[in-house]
Amino acid sequence: MDFKTPDRRSFLQLLGLGVGGVVFSSGLGGVAGCASTPRKPDGADDFYFLQLSDTHWGFKGPPNPEADVTLKNTVSLVNAIQRQPDFIVFTGDLTHTTDDADERRKRLAEFNQIVKQLKVTDLRFMAGEHDASLDAGAAYQELFGQLHYTFDHKGIHFIVLDNVSDPVGAIGTNQLAWLRSDLDKLDVEQPIVVLTHRPLFPLYPSWDWTTKDGDEAIALLQNHRNVTVFYGHIHQEHHQMTGRIAHHSARSLIFPLPAPGSVPKRAPLAWEAAHPNRGLGYRGIDAQAGRDFRIDEYPIGPA
Amino acid sequence: MKMVFARAVLGVILMLGVPARGGDVPAPAAQEQLIKVTAKRFEYSPSVIQVKLNVPVVLELSTLDRLHGFEVPELALRAEIKPGEVTKIRFVPDKIGTFAFHCNVFCGSGHEDMTGQIVVTK
Repeated sequence: MDFKTPDRRSFLQLLGLGVGGVVFSSGLGGVAGCASTPRKPDGADDFYFLQLSDTHWGFKGPPNPEADVTLKNTVSLVNAIQRQPDFIVFTGDLTHTTDDADERRKRLAEFNQIVKQLKVTDLRFMAGEHDASLDAGAAYQELFGQLHYTFDHKGIHFIVLDNVSDPVGAIGTNQLAWLRSDLDKLDVEQPIVVLTHRPLFPLYPSWDWTTKDGDEAIALLQNHRNVTVFYGHIHQEHHQMTGRIAHHSARSLIFPLPAPGSVPKRAPLAWEAAHPNRGLGYRGIDAQAGRDFRIDEYPIGPA
Repeated sequence: MKMVFARAVLGVILMLGVPARGGDVPAPAAQEQLIKVTAKRFEYSPSVIQVKLNVPVVLELSTLDRLHGFEVPELALRAEIKPGEVTKIRFVPDKIGTFAFHCNVFCGSGHEDMTGQIVVTK
């Protein structure tokens, strides 16, 4: 991972924004030990993709009084990027949960209509517990298809894992068997990116920030040398290694949550009218040939 | 009726060797602390469970509406609370402190607020 390289200029130029534009890098220089994350094969094309997470469409409440426009504004921001990403991933909690099955379908459909306004047409979705835990992913699958799947892009194998449609927050034996079968087909050096909602490792179990059987998935992935996990759920950046696997959570697009264990309850951070977008954002992930991934974090407005 | 044994105290349970009477549930030991806990969206009652150090505890968990979970990571306790069933958790508190528990089965908007504490005192 190229966290410590002060080489922002090339990525900003890649985005067509230039240094001093609306893009900024987060303080990733403090993240150590990520040097063993995947490298793209030499000769493969450079590309970048965006990760948007936890949009919680349908949420209403004091933690974000502007929830009806936050996602729409983000779509406009992304569309304004001069050089568009190859694709965009949405790492779960597309919508805020509701007990009403019709309302759930309505929110998912509205979310789908909003993100269809993105210039980028290659959109990759995954479910969060708010989308899929109350009906085992039934409504989600009607609109967005499979809960777990793979795709390949310019030399990188992407694996989407579902750890939310089972309300206990587990991957389950069937999906783990599917994962094992998929990995068995790959060379151990194959760069792999895992996209999921919950952390696969026990980040903070007292807040349910874990995956019940995530250790089994990590054990399978650990057999491969170049694995990186991007996930959501915790509404903030977090970077951690388990063995040689790097795990990176993204900020949300609805409200930030406190750092793990920093306060007694995992309640949303208070919204401030003077800083309505504080703690919100999305990220760009730059896969450069022969180099490690580069992560850049973007706000959705003045902090 | 479902029994859930905490690994940490399995040895104690086995040592007691209390035979089942009138079913498959061992009779509670005389000095056990029996505490009934009900769950419903999005709260436990009681939400603060007071227990004594080194005195065996039996939690009887039941739900008033739907499937819920009960997990105390720091005490390695975990159970599902199914409608129509009473789930029992036995353990022996072996350290003083306050230990958070939460519902680990997503149960709707407010799930994140479904929490409580086990308070262990002398």
